[in-house]
Amino acid sequence: MDDNTVSDETTDTAATDEADLVEELLVEEISIDGMCGVY
Amino acid sequence: MTVLDNSPSPTSGPAALVEQLKGGLDAPICLTWELTYACNLECVHCLSSSGRRDPRELDTDEAKAVLDELHDLQVFYINIGGGEPMIRRDFFELVEYSISKGIGVKFSTNGAFIDADKARRLAAMDYLDIQISLDGTDAVTNDAVRGDGSYDTAIEAMQHLRDAGFGEFKISVVVTRHNVDQLDEFKALADTYGAQLRITRLRPSGRGADSWHDLHPTQAQQRQIYEWLLAKGDDVLTGDSFFHLNALGEEPLPGLNMCGAGRVVCLIDPIGDVYACPFVIHDEFKAGSVRDPGGFSQVWKHSDLFTELREPQSAGACASCGSYDACQGGCMAAKFFVGIPLDGPDPECVRGEGEAAMLAAAAGQTAPPRPMMDHSKPARVPVSITRR
Amino acid sequence: MLDSSLDLHPQVALRPEPFGALAYHYDTRKLVFLKHPDMVRVVRVLGDHETVADALTACDIDERRWPSFDKALTSLYESEMLHDRAR
Repeated sequence: MDDNTVSDETTDTAATDEADLVEELLVEEISIDGMCGVY
Repeated sequence: MTVLDNSPSPTSGPAALVEQLKGGLDAPICLTWELTYACNLECVHCLSSSGRRDPRELDTDEAKAVLDELHDLQVFYINIGGGEPMIRRDFFELVEYSISKGIGVKFSTNGAFIDADKARRLAAMDYLDIQISLDGTDAVTNDAVRGDGSYDTAIEAMQHLRDAGFGEFKISVVVTRHNVDQLDEFKALADTYGAQLRITRLRPSGRGADSWHDLHPTQAQQRQIYEWLLAKGDDVLTGDSFFHLNALGEEPLPGLNMCGAGRVVCLIDPIGDVYACPFVIHDEFKAGSVRDPGGFSQVWKHSDLFTELREPQSAGACASCGSYDACQGGCMAAKFFVGIPLDGPDPECVRGEGEAAMLAAAAGQTAPPRPMMDHSKPARVPVSITRR
Repeated sequence: MLDSSLDLHPQVALRPEPFGALAYHYDTRKLVFLKHPDMVRVVRVLGDHETVADALTACDIDERRWPSFDKALTSLYESEMLHDRAR
């Protein structure tokens, strides 16, 4: 669930850059022919 | 500012997309439109029980008004079928109108009306796809289901399309007990014509209600289909109709793997009635009519049926099954027309739960629902399916 | 990608949805879901900005999200939903 709080877990400094990056799946491909209920 | 961790959450990742689509969209992504119930063939498994034209058919102006609505809704693509859509005198007029409004067209045909001339005309059109129906790689197998001469008719149409340089068309096969061993041959046939193979599930819909028990693949054959698709089905389409087989293994078949009925797709029938999908032509799944006030848009957005289908569905009897996530409880049409409750197992449940459910249904007081809208030709001589 | 000058391919239709948009390419017949409204905003204004980076900045996209946008835009470019724009 999204919330608007910034995580402050930075116990591992090497991972700080990783923790600061936001990973989102912004696009997804579906096949126009991959839908059930059509000819 | 939003920080997301890497683990899948309800608002990101592939699962989330399907969940959003189950809730329905403001417009279909694509839909099926049966232009006529008239047909020159009488296939034993016809999902629309076609044969005779219905006198209440939408006329050309009404059909164009529907296309105008679909344009406004930004529907990208429609699948035109029937009956045999090319029987309509305004067939080309409607197809050309649709394309001119930015709606791509695929039409499904038995090929009887594709001669050299028509093939050339079709080849000259853009944003047009053609799907030739075929249910056997030889005349004996095919014609047992689709009628004498239908195999030759289909092959001839394919030859015309190839000669006219149409490009890649589709060959669409309904998989039955009698053609499941021909999958490799179907693929080779498609390759010969530069066509794309599509295999699709037989549902007990329309005239299929009578022939389903004799024609549908056995449990062993279902596994055969699943494994063939994984091994050789890379460029084979399925219309996402085999997602109930996903419970057989770890690897899901390509596709959304969900029932699109009333959520991302629907059917418009020849008289303008709107159903959840082409396999449930029955009052239980009728959402309304394009002739109602507000037209198609009103039905799609606000009908009681579609609103209900877009609510979270109960897993019912399947809730405790570990495979439910993979199979989603299967196909509504398959359950409905064999008399299994909609929150029960699919009749072809790969775990065999469907068998027990069908026995329970048979033992009950009421017979399964009969297909409505039977436009079969009178004095139809049933093609007998001999048990082999 | 961030330095590229891109635009929506002319054969692509973009249809808004509650959680983003559907993009359909009429020639390739590919259908892509843009899963966040911010992604839709960025794609719509790509043609108005010199570079992708400029478009992201103009849309107020937090820099911590840029790698995800980069990846998504690359994916759209590879499926021809976006194409190079002559500068």
